[in-house]
Amino acid sequence: MSLMRASSPHARSGDSAARVMLQVAAATVPGVLALVLYFGIGVLINIALCTITAIACEAAVMKLRNRPVVFYLKDYSAFVTALLLGIAIPPYCAWWIPVVGTASAIILAKHLYGGMGYNPFNPAMVGYVVLLISFPVAMTRWVGPAEMIYGAPGLSETLGLVFGFGNINVDGFTRATPLEIVRLNQSVLLEQLYQREPMFNKGSIAGYGWEVASFGFLVGGLFLLLRRIITWHAPVAMLGTLTLLSVLFYDSGSSLSEGSPLLHLFSGATMLGAFFIITDPISGATSNKGRLIFGAGVGLLTYVIRAWGSYPDAVAFAVLLMNFAAPTIDNYTLPRTYGHKAPRKATDVEEQ
Amino acid sequence: MATPGYSEISRNGLWNNNPALVQLLGLCPLLAVTGSVVNAIGLGLATIGVLACSNLAVSIVRRQMPETVRLPASVMIIATFVTCAELLMKAFTYELFLVLGIFIPLIVTNCAILGRADAFASKNPVLPSLVDGFMMGLGFTAVLIVIGAIREILGRGTLFADMDLLLGPMAEDWGIPVLGTDYPGFLVAVLPPGAFLVAGLLIAAKNAIDAGIERRRSQRVRVMPGSKRVRVTGKIT
Repeated sequence: MSLMRASSPHARSGDSAARVMLQVAAATVPGVLALVLYFGIGVLINIALCTITAIACEAAVMKLRNRPVVFYLKDYSAFVTALLLGIAIPPYCAWWIPVVGTASAIILAKHLYGGMGYNPFNPAMVGYVVLLISFPVAMTRWVGPAEMIYGAPGLSETLGLVFGFGNINVDGFTRATPLEIVRLNQSVLLEQLYQREPMFNKGSIAGYGWEVASFGFLVGGLFLLLRRIITWHAPVAMLGTLTLLSVLFYDSGSSLSEGSPLLHLFSGATMLGAFFIITDPISGATSNKGRLIFGAGVGLLTYVIRAWGSYPDAVAFAVLLMNFAAPTIDNYTLPRTYGHKAPRKATDVEEQ
Repeated sequence: MATPGYSEISRNGLWNNNPALVQLLGLCPLLAVTGSVVNAIGLGLATIGVLACSNLAVSIVRRQMPETVRLPASVMIIATFVTCAELLMKAFTYELFLVLGIFIPLIVTNCAILGRADAFASKNPVLPSLVDGFMMGLGFTAVLIVIGAIREILGRGTLFADMDLLLGPMAEDWGIPVLGTDYPGFLVAVLPPGAFLVAGLLIAAKNAIDAGIERRRSQRVRVMPGSKRVRVTGKIT
């Protein structure tokens, strides 16, 4: 193998890792704003706690590995991981939940595997799943939209809830999420449920507050598409598969229905997952065909676990399971090199 | 193959060739039952007993054992001792036996035991084989206990809880709430992923310690830099 280095003036796109990461962070703004509007400042507290922990962990690991600390902090990848995890964690949970989750994400999922660019699993989702299986009660208590609980907790109440002083219990603020309501419903038709539950009759399609936040993430995702930071393949495949399955299994709203397609698209973590999680260039598939398969797999698993699994939402599990499959997908979806016949799979090429 | 000395056998079993950290054998029980210290000790003791006895027995019959059937024969010997261990646990520590469940009979498939029988006991005299089995078992048990302790502290915030399962009523309140009584419990540590994580981190720690020892050794013999005249003729001592 020759190790030649071409020194010609290469065309540069001007997109460094840091620029990409900052644009991803900027694209979450509409969704985060909607979350803050409906669920209060607990969302921002989570993001702040996650960010501080992420920076501390990243700096500590880089120091241990004798790498330049500031240089790696400046690529903002740890910040984006923290941001996505902070959005996913229930607001107003105890402070150590975001801290433990972020430390797991940065140290276990990212740096133990070799750091930026080497992690086979999406760090934010690893952090989330570690939390979900470790602290199932705290992680499934999601605060109700402000209007349904007579106002979101104020700043002092928030700090009391997060840092555990005062005598406030988060149970007073929590409500079942739309996916949980539909999941637990066994007795009434969906139509009646939608009329009865304030979560649905105040909103329009998929739960009050949740639908707006999902719409915000959709807008942010379209911005990323427009900036060509992500391609359309994985999100379209995921949303398409999810829609197809929820249409197929939608029994026009019986009491045992798994929920309407709109509920599946605009509630839970669907939009956040489709545009911000599965488009991760490191842990996802590499080629466009691969991305289509990857996205479809995430959509399929999300629906299967939501409908027949024991957790109300499933995007994180679906993403991690497909991360396992990504190398195999890449192996069988190697793009054809111009002027060559299409290889059957990448391992064949390496063997020759 | 010359029979190694007892100190070398001990070093191999406990550290250099530790079945859990270096050979990575017997990972199934290692990962499955190390949720607490008491489980780790229970399974560890059973493994030590079986390993030492099977090594002893295999070594005694090593000259009579035809080469072609040595593996089935070893498995039969191991299975005998596993059955003994199982019956003993049923008799004396029945609650612990219920907790460990299928993993006691499964000791028979622990590759560390068959590995020692085939790699050491079938080629070496009786006493060294017995010591080798005991030391390998001890090394395995030590790793089990360390993993069990880490997972129990992280996952439940206690240490030595439920020791009465093994030692009877006198150990009922040995459990130490290391992290306070209102510790929420980091469940992932007692779930299977925690076992993989802790075992992986322990292996990394062992490698780091070995690398540190190696570095110190190589520093000790390094020749000081500087213009030192090197003697090239005559007798070099």
